Amino acid sequence: MNENATPDPAPHTHRAESASGPQTSADGVVTHSVPTDEAVLSCRNVNKVFNVAGNKVHAVDDVSLDFAAGKVLAVVGESGSGKSTLARMLLRLMPVTSGTITFRGQDVTHIKGAELRRYWTEVQAVFQDPFASFNQFFTVGSLLRRSLKLAAVDKAEADALIEECLGYVGLTPKDALHKYPHQMSGGQRQRVMVARALMMRPKVLLADEATSMLDASLRVNVLNVLHDLKADLGLTVLFITHDIGQATYLSDRVAVMEHGKVVERGTTEEVIFSPQAEYTRRLLADVPDLRGSLKQR
Amino acid sequence: MTTTPAPQSGAETGVLARVSDVRCVYGGGEQDFTAVDGVSFELNEGEILGLAGESGCGKTTLGNALAMIAVPPLYVLSGRLGIDGREIDLATLNAADVKAHRPYRGTTVSMLPQGAMNAISPTLRIRSLVLDVMRAHDKNVAKDEALDLARDRLKMLEMPVRVLDSYAHQLSGGMKQRVITVISTLLNPRLLIADEPTSALDVSSQRMLVEMLLAMVEQRIMSGVVFVTHDLPVLSQISDKLAIMNRGAIVEMGPTAQLVEDPQHPYTEKLLGSVLDPTAETRRKGKEWLTGGSGLVRSATETAASGTSPSDTPKGATS
Repeated sequence: MNENATPDPAPHTHRAESASGPQTSADGVVTHSVPTDEAVLSCRNVNKVFNVAGNKVHAVDDVSLDFAAGKVLAVVGESGSGKSTLARMLLRLMPVTSGTITFRGQDVTHIKGAELRRYWTEVQAVFQDPFASFNQFFTVGSLLRRSLKLAAVDKAEADALIEECLGYVGLTPKDALHKYPHQMSGGQRQRVMVARALMMRPKVLLADEATSMLDASLRVNVLNVLHDLKADLGLTVLFITHDIGQATYLSDRVAVMEHGKVVERGTTEEVIFSPQAEYTRRLLADVPDLRGSLKQR
Repeated sequence: MTTTPAPQSGAETGVLARVSDVRCVYGGGEQDFTAVDGVSFELNEGEILGLAGESGCGKTTLGNALAMIAVPPLYVLSGRLGIDGREIDLATLNAADVKAHRPYRGTTVSMLPQGAMNAISPTLRIRSLVLDVMRAHDKNVAKDEALDLARDRLKMLEMPVRVLDSYAHQLSGGMKQRVITVISTLLNPRLLIADEPTSALDVSSQRMLVEMLLAMVEQRIMSGVVFVTHDLPVLSQISDKLAIMNRGAIVEMGPTAQLVEDPQHPYTEKLLGSVLDPTAETRRKGKEWLTGGSGLVRSATETAASGTSPSDTPKGATS
């Protein structure tokens, strides 16, 4: 049982499962339940303050979250709520202003050099724009082989690894390796990016709006790949999205962010089907309903 | 639907635009790729037509043809647009055709292209953009006149007038998209082609843009909209009619509610089945995938993954 993530200093931390119903802390954070599984990655009281032309922007405000092993945690919120900033800090691509990040019990907040490179083999990411993530002048094959430098494996092993990881996302070396990015569809490109991330055999995969640019059917396709990876490899997934519908489909747990703060969290059922925080309700109300029309109002 | 009298004489609540037999190919390579294959439809005064389909189905290409902004390697082989009692030949087979389209662009048909909000110059204020648009159509327009028009328009749509003095980076994504929508309709086009205007926005900004577009049609800033997107829930909110495109052709068209409730074509059903909304149904489907059950979602993705889908073709792969 890991420590509960509630940042408030009040003693009533919510260790209890949801049996006692959702709890609201002093600063308005609604916590339905806390994960009981062991956390692979966690962050405690993480803050990020940007200085923008003399103004301070508190992009991430005292966020504490746990990523339970083999589970999908969705972080949802509107643009500018600090989701991606949080992801960049967890990936150690951006320094934290304050707070700690722990990976398998080890403090990784300030690790450097070889240690950081080792961390990056364990925690991998897939970003929003599959086109921007590719070098246009390289084939998929050379892109994948280049990223294997980090793993330091020999050629035969590399080829086997590439084949294996392309297999996870439903591609074969024959139909992917010789292609240039522009010769693939958006869904294929994004699946290649997932395969690339998997080659490091990571424990944690951060998917930052990884499916937002794909159209509906391809989106489901990539979400199903993530579903399978969780089930087959026990991968822990941090799924960042503004689309609460995708979170409903994929995630085990949901954390809702607003203005850099986590305002509500719990299992998917708890947060989406009985939202308590006003912001979560608004977010749900803004989701266009396939069977409703703005015109009829 | 409200039936506010149209600014132009003639059509009161009748047909605004009649599009017939649009055919487009991407040429120049070893082989031509037919992106739009004989599309025809009618749009009534004050109507919003939703054009939906997966990436690569030709919806953006059709939008480009209608807005008369097709440039090689995209060629419009044939197609006619009947609007305001005129018959415009959409074909762009030679330079003369393209030149003949110039008077219609921005005034008769205006285009809100994909990702337009990211095309705002970072070094100019929004007001300069307004002037550029106005001057492109009337060299002698006075600065004050152009800005007054923009100010009035912003007020009318309950948007802050101060955005005119802002730079692009000072505006949020949703605001940029609304501003660019206002600018692209300054000349009161009869028909607006909006290509994926909501796709990069979060749900709250999407809703604001959709509400603004509805208000614009209501106030007859434009008389009709062709709204191109792969996002069916957004379309169901805004459009009167839906047209579902697959492989360059419209496979099903009808009133939005009817099409959503009772889809006739299997492709429409698949497309509707892959919509993920925050409902118990979506949750069930997600769990079903994990337990190996099959549902609408699985069948929809199999089409996408099998390679028979047009989205596996590189051309027009925009999502």
